Amino acid sequence: MNGPFLLTLIWVLPFIIALVTIPVHQENHLRIKVISLLGNFVNLILVILLTIQFIGVSNTSSTVQESNVSLFQYGYKVAWFTIMNIEYNIGVDAISVLMMLLTAIVIFCGIIASWEVEKQAKEFFILLNVLVAGVYGVFVSIDLFTLFLFYEIAVLPMYLLIGLWGTGRKEYAAMKLTLMLVAGSAFILAGILGLYFESGLNTFDLNQLSQVRFSDSFQYWAFPLVFLGFGVLGAIFPFHTWSPDGHASAPTAVSMLHAGVLMKLGGYGCLRVGMYLMPEGAHMWMNVFLVLVTINVLYGAFGAIRQTDLKYITAYSSVSHCGLVLFGFTAMTFTGLKGGVLQMISHGLMTALFFCLIGMVYGRTHTRTVSEMGGLMKVMPFLSIAFIIVGLAGLGLPSLSGFVAEANVFVGSFANPALINRVCSVLAVLSIVVTAVYVLRTVNSLVNGPIRKQYNTLIDASPLEKVPVIILLFCLFGMGILPGWIIELVNGAVHPIFNNLMR
Amino acid sequence: MADWLFTHSYLILAFPLLSFLVIGLFLQRVSPEKSARFALGTAFFSMLFGVAVSGAYYVKVLAQPLLYPERTLICFDVAWLNFTPILTANMGIYLDPISVMMILVITIISFLVTCYSIGYMKGDSGFGRFFALLSLFSFSMLGLVVSSNILQMFVFWELVGVSSYTLIGFWYEKPSAVAAAKKAFIITRFADAFFLLGILAVSFYVGSFDFQKLNSIETAALLNQSFQFGSFTINLLTLSTLLIFAGGWGKSAMFPLHVWLPDAMEGPTPVSSIIHSATMVVAGVYLTARMFPLFSQSLTTLWLIQCVGAFTALFAAVIAVTQRDIKRILAFSTLSQLGYMLFSLGAAQVIYPDVPGSGLNPLAYSASMYHVFTHAFFKCMLFLGAGAIIHAVHDNDILAMGGLKALMPKTYWSLLTACLAIGGIFPFSGFWSKDAILLASLQSGHYFTFMVGLFTGGLTAFYMFRFFFLIFHGKARSDLHNVHEDPWMTVPIMLLTIPTIGAGLLEQFFVSQVTLPGLQEISNFSHPSWLPVLASLTGLTGISLAWFFYGKGRLEKAESFKRDFRSLYNVVYNKFYIDEVYLFITRKIIFAGIGSPVKWIDRHIVDGAMNLCGEILQLGGRLVRFLQNGQLQFYLGITIIGFVSLLFLGK
Repeated sequence: MNGPFLLTLIWVLPFIIALVTIPVHQENHLRIKVISLLGNFVNLILVILLTIQFIGVSNTSSTVQESNVSLFQYGYKVAWFTIMNIEYNIGVDAISVLMMLLTAIVIFCGIIASWEVEKQAKEFFILLNVLVAGVYGVFVSIDLFTLFLFYEIAVLPMYLLIGLWGTGRKEYAAMKLTLMLVAGSAFILAGILGLYFESGLNTFDLNQLSQVRFSDSFQYWAFPLVFLGFGVLGAIFPFHTWSPDGHASAPTAVSMLHAGVLMKLGGYGCLRVGMYLMPEGAHMWMNVFLVLVTINVLYGAFGAIRQTDLKYITAYSSVSHCGLVLFGFTAMTFTGLKGGVLQMISHGLMTALFFCLIGMVYGRTHTRTVSEMGGLMKVMPFLSIAFIIVGLAGLGLPSLSGFVAEANVFVGSFANPALINRVCSVLAVLSIVVTAVYVLRTVNSLVNGPIRKQYNTLIDASPLEKVPVIILLFCLFGMGILPGWIIELVNGAVHPIFNNLMR
Repeated sequence: MADWLFTHSYLILAFPLLSFLVIGLFLQRVSPEKSARFALGTAFFSMLFGVAVSGAYYVKVLAQPLLYPERTLICFDVAWLNFTPILTANMGIYLDPISVMMILVITIISFLVTCYSIGYMKGDSGFGRFFALLSLFSFSMLGLVVSSNILQMFVFWELVGVSSYTLIGFWYEKPSAVAAAKKAFIITRFADAFFLLGILAVSFYVGSFDFQKLNSIETAALLNQSFQFGSFTINLLTLSTLLIFAGGWGKSAMFPLHVWLPDAMEGPTPVSSIIHSATMVVAGVYLTARMFPLFSQSLTTLWLIQCVGAFTALFAAVIAVTQRDIKRILAFSTLSQLGYMLFSLGAAQVIYPDVPGSGLNPLAYSASMYHVFTHAFFKCMLFLGAGAIIHAVHDNDILAMGGLKALMPKTYWSLLTACLAIGGIFPFSGFWSKDAILLASLQSGHYFTFMVGLFTGGLTAFYMFRFFFLIFHGKARSDLHNVHEDPWMTVPIMLLTIPTIGAGLLEQFFVSQVTLPGLQEISNFSHPSWLPVLASLTGLTGISLAWFFYGKGRLEKAESFKRDFRSLYNVVYNKFYIDEVYLFITRKIIFAGIGSPVKWIDRHIVDGAMNLCGEILQLGGRLVRFLQNGQLQFYLGITIIGFVSLLFLGK
């Protein structure tokens, strides 16, 4: 299929699904859900097609290793808002393709996981699809303005999704999450406009901007704006506090999508807009951010140790694992950047599965407090084993995706011989012990031990529920056992960014 | 034929993996019986293949020293994880004397343990699942020993860890089993973090994970550089080898990381048997041997290995003397024997003044590997025998047993050989390997370690025969009914007597072949003829003392002895309270000291700051709201004031 057309179709399709859902009758839940499911299934197929096509194209380009311009495939450009020279400018490199693949998998699984939503199902699925459209849009955009536009489209529906369909202190959580992310957006917008005017090129094109040598004084203030702005979404310390409350209150599919994909927009932006466009700024600020994200990694892990609510545990573990994404980036080495990207994918799959399973367990036990559960292995072996496996993925067991990503992050951070990097690397590596502590503690008190009387009648996952779990497990194992092709792809995309960083 | 075997040597691993997948994914639900038979079949083929490959290795490599001076063979090596264009981790199969030896040990013991488990686990609700996990365990350990590079070893190292986690916690409804599994995993994981740091450090400076590269002389020279840290000088070679050794420290449960091993007895007995003989705990010793050429370049590392090993050997033996749980005695004896293996490796460093050669004693290395080999068989049998006894008596307390000789004659005679072997009595296998270890430490001039080893040998004979007499001799101290021997269980036990008795014949083979090519024979050492006599006498003294205290199943003498030394006894019986120290560290320091404050700080300070920002904004909003109050007069007033002030300012 024609590449640029395919790219456009992929982000437009969720909008179309949302539009098609509008005329359906409120009460016809089944039809609404089937439309969403089928639509996103088609989109999943399209993204897989795109990935396969992309692998074919990317193998032919061998000059990438020396280039310092990201090689976007399937580029397509048309003027949109000529006064400010804003263009509809799309194209993908390996990072975007893999992120889109992740998005497609997670949303497909998320829709199955939200099959039980009864309350205002129509609005729920419309918003969910709009959100996904925004996510795809960010990944296909080369133009910074459209990138930002899509970013906002992705972030804002979250407010309604949590505020209306959430649980617990949902209004508070939704408000907090949205306000903090919007504050981050304000930083980003300031940074992007700064780039636009400072470059003197009158363009928002990423690749053109990347070739501009911005003055040091400009980068000194613009880089932290962009990095922190996106970093808020990547849960950078101390701006991570929206994450535990937000994830705990959000409904299952929203948690899956938010932790699985949306948080990756943060890392993606830090890399693509922050480090790629302002390499000198990155060098100036890296030690500060290195310390912050090292705190992230350790602090998230220690925070998770004492939590009692399953969703809070997962949220803090996300803080720790997303910290590893940025930790890889701040190492400023080739392997580190690659490790960060791999960790985005790995963490996306892993947390999506985590939240998916938590939703299913909660649907049965009606509690998320770890100490009130126990022995679930006896009545729901399928869900319990899946839970153990995803826990093991979280603590970086080889043969699951977490190890591949973490190994790259750690090798990358060790490749930077500066003393501060050494110290932070050692601390981050030691965090794997803390991770093991909270993962095993959670798993043990959830699936092992004697079963409580009231849980004796619970039933294991239904065939429909098994589908997303199996898909995500398959991906976790696939990436963990045969990481070669993903690494090859990511290599191609990271080389230009790294070369630009070292210019 | 041999080449075909080498290119298909991955089949040794493929069989257990296949067994795990097939049983785990569907066969266990279809039929537990078929699962067991399937596991037994794959274990058999894996063993067959392991033996065939070992034979081929002997014929093709060991018998042709001119063609293969290094005695190594890389059967295949495929790129798996590529970090940078130059740094790639492979997955490969690396054959050398020690990996081939381990392949033999693991495949044979896996087969026997699988066979035994069919009898032991009969009627368990997780019968099928057990065999899947057992196969996974063998697969992981086989992958570990054939690793061609250190990252591959780390991968399988972790898989061994997780398989042991699932097997120790096999009875997941039992809280103590679950806790033991968690403890084992977390403590070994703690050590693994340092191992990973060591791997990262070495790979950064050397630019490779491959053992062949890491063990080369150039690597040692490259790493032999010092860093100044304030007033500390750190040698990179020492630091990185110590970090890597830390991994083995945890896995081989050396003091003070030994606490997980006795608790790991909560798993089913066949699991304990395989953990203690062929998989898991010997991994640490194996890692040390695998990296020995590099480790041996750092005298500090060797010295530490020796100290840790010798101390643990003695420490664990002392604890074993007081324990009452049949499996815990064996667990502490394993710790003690692992100590032997490690201090032997550490004792390779020759401190005897006028010895020519490389300064490293090749016998120490061979003796350690030889002890790994002999120990695997007799320890496996001891555990299987203990399992058979528990199965028959339904109790773990040796003070509640006694008089089982008549009821379980086959187990009695088999275990007698194992106890004699571990006690170091001529001509059983343990005698030869322990003798070699003692000789090596004597040759290298480590007299103190030699004395510790000798004394521990006597202690070992004592506590093993305490164990033996209390179980089998005298009158039954509890009501024993329906005691019988299941052929699924007795046949593997009896088969294990063959290596237990006969492995002594292999001494010359190990000394000449299982060694490192870089180490030269130290020729001006003779084998002092008094050493075997002395060692045997020590062992016999231990046995006699055991007979004196516990022979004929009497307990009175031991009880009065215990009363006289009550406080000392309590300290030893409670394992020197090391577990309590750990509880203090986890509960009071990690949970209460770090975890809770972090939780509190996050909620109240970090999040509080964010909420404060929100409050300030709301305050601003309220101030603005005061202006925007909807009263026309107020607006008009403001307008007039503004207009007037503009007029004045305009001038």
